[in-house]
Amino acid sequence: MEILVCARRVPDTSENEIQLNSAGNEIERDELVYSINEPDNYAVEEALQIAARVGGNVTVVTVGSEDDEEILRREMAMGANHGVLLTDEAFAGSDGRGLAAILKAFVQKGIYDLVLTGVQAEDGGAQVGGMLAAMLDWPFASLVNAIEVLDGRKLKITREIEGGNKEISEIDLPCVLSIQTGINEPRYVGMRGIRAVASLPVPTYGLSELGIDTASVGESGAKVKRVDYFVPALGKGADMLDGSREENIDKVLELVAAKGGLK
Amino acid sequence: MARIFCYIAHKNGVADDSAAELAGAARKINPAASPIAIVTGFGAGFDVCAALRTSYSEIWTISNEALAYPNAELVRKTLVKVVPPGSIVLVAHEHFGIDLAPGLSIKLNSCFVSDVLGIDGLDGNSLNVVRQEFGGMVSTHVRCEVSSGAVLTIRPGAFKPLDTAPPNCTVVDKSAEVGALTAGRRYLHTIAPESGAVDITKHAVLVSIGRGIQEKDNVPIAEELAAELGAAVSCSRPVVDAKWLEKARQVGSSGKTVKPKVYMACGISGSFQHLAGLKGNPFIIAINKNPKAPIFQVADVGIVDDILEFLPEMTAKVREMHTVAAK
Repeated sequence: MEILVCARRVPDTSENEIQLNSAGNEIERDELVYSINEPDNYAVEEALQIAARVGGNVTVVTVGSEDDEEILRREMAMGANHGVLLTDEAFAGSDGRGLAAILKAFVQKGIYDLVLTGVQAEDGGAQVGGMLAAMLDWPFASLVNAIEVLDGRKLKITREIEGGNKEISEIDLPCVLSIQTGINEPRYVGMRGIRAVASLPVPTYGLSELGIDTASVGESGAKVKRVDYFVPALGKGADMLDGSREENIDKVLELVAAKGGLK
Repeated sequence: MARIFCYIAHKNGVADDSAAELAGAARKINPAASPIAIVTGFGAGFDVCAALRTSYSEIWTISNEALAYPNAELVRKTLVKVVPPGSIVLVAHEHFGIDLAPGLSIKLNSCFVSDVLGIDGLDGNSLNVVRQEFGGMVSTHVRCEVSSGAVLTIRPGAFKPLDTAPPNCTVVDKSAEVGALTAGRRYLHTIAPESGAVDITKHAVLVSIGRGIQEKDNVPIAEELAAELGAAVSCSRPVVDAKWLEKARQVGSSGKTVKPKVYMACGISGSFQHLAGLKGNPFIIAINKNPKAPIFQVADVGIVDDILEFLPEMTAKVREMHTVAAK
C-alpha cells in the first residue's frame, strides 16, 4: 500500500498563548513554538501501522516553506519513508482550495492507494482532504477513527459521529481519509531519531515541476481571504475570583453547595 | 441575487436543531432571502417537512432509495444535480457537514468557508463572515468571493431561528432530476457507544478534566476530589485521545451530553465541540492556568490557577469539613 499523508506545521496551542499583534490584525508569531498539527501526527502513525500490517511505503508531504521541513524530518524519524516539501513563492496565500490543488498535482505525479490528512488544522477549516478527494474523483471519509484493510482494494472504516456512535462503512481504494485524533497512540520521537534522519534528502517541488496554473493557487487564486484576527468582545464572561487559593476554594465549595451540587 | 439553499439534517423523521438555525443564517446573508430547504431521504424521512414550515417557504424533496441513509458522496451528487450554479448552500457544521461540504464546493465550483459563527452580510460579490481559529482563542473576519456561489458550514447554536414563520410553504418534489446514484463508499451499520463503569449523565456535579491534567498519573487528583464531593469525573477529548480515561467519560458533541447542576471545568480550554455536550444550563466553574482560555467566556465563575495544585488543596479542604462535621 502506497500511502501519502498531508501534514501541516502549525503553532502549538499547548505550548503557546495565541495573542494578537500590536496592530491587532495578525497573531503574534515571533515567539510561537510550532509543531506538526496534532491530527496529522495521528494520520502519520496510522499510515505507518497500515504499512507495517500490509506492506508498503509512507510519504509525508507538506505545502509551505523551508521552515516546514522540520515536521517532515520529525515524521521521517517516526518511520515515514519519504518527506516531500511543496514550496513556491506562488503558493503563498493559498486558500483551502489552492492547497488542495497543489496537493492534487503532487498526488497525480505518483501512484498512491491511500491519502490521509488530519481532520483539521489548528488554523484551518477541515476542508483540504474533502476538496482533494473531489478534485481527484476519489471517495472520501472524514473523522475516521479506525481503518481495516480488506481484500479487493477496499477498506473498512469507522467514522466518529454524534454522541459517541461509530459509523461503519466500506470504501474503495484509492481514497482520501481525514483522521480523527485518538485513532492510535503516536510513537514517541526523540532527538536521537531526528538526528538519524537529518542527512536524508527532502525533495522539493515548485509550481513548474507540479505543472500548476498560477491562477488556481496563491493569493491571487484565493476566493477566501482572512481579513484580520480579533478577540471578540466577551459576552457576560466569567466572574473571575481573584482571592488567595484558599479563599477561592472556600468560595467554590460555597457555590457548589448553593447550586444544589453538594450532598 | 444568489439563491440560498439549506441542507436539512434529519433522523427518524425529526429535523436536527440546525434546520431552523440555517434559515436564520440565510437571513443574515440577505435579509430579503427566502431560503429553500433541501430534504433528501427515502420513505418516512419526509415527515420532517411538516416541522420545516415554520422556517422555510419552499422545500425541495429528493426521494431515492440510495439516500435512505445520508451518505455524503451520494448527497453531494444529488445536490450537484439540483442546485443551480451560483447558489449559496448552507450545511450544519457537524459530522455530516464536514463530510459533505468541502467536496461539494469543488463540484459546484464555488468558494468554501467552514464553521461559520457570524455573518456580516453581502457587499456586492463579497460575503463577510466570522470564524474562529486555534480552538476559539482568536476569531477572524473572512471575506469570500461568491460570484460563482458558496458553500458554508454553519456552527450549530450560533444562529437563531426566524422569529416569525413564513406565511406559506410549497413542497417541490425534485426526485426525477436525480436518477441512479452510486458511491465509492457504502454505509454498513452504526455501533452504539459502550456504556462505561460510571454514567456521567446521572450526576449533579461533574469534576471534568482536560489537557491541563497533563498526564495519566495526575487523573487520581480529580477522582479523589470527585469522591469527596459525591461527584463523577468526566473529561474533554484530549484526555480520551491520550487514553487516560475511557470514552464513556467524554463530554462533547462526539461524546456524552450531560446536564449536571454544577460543572467544574478543570484545565479544559472550552472548544465549542466540548461545550456542545453541556445542556440544561449548568453552573460552570472554570479553573485554568491560561487567563485567555475560551472557557472563561462561557463559565459563571473563573479561577486562574494550576489545577494540579488547586484540586488537591480543595480535596483536603472538603475532607477537613467532613471530619469536622463527623465530630
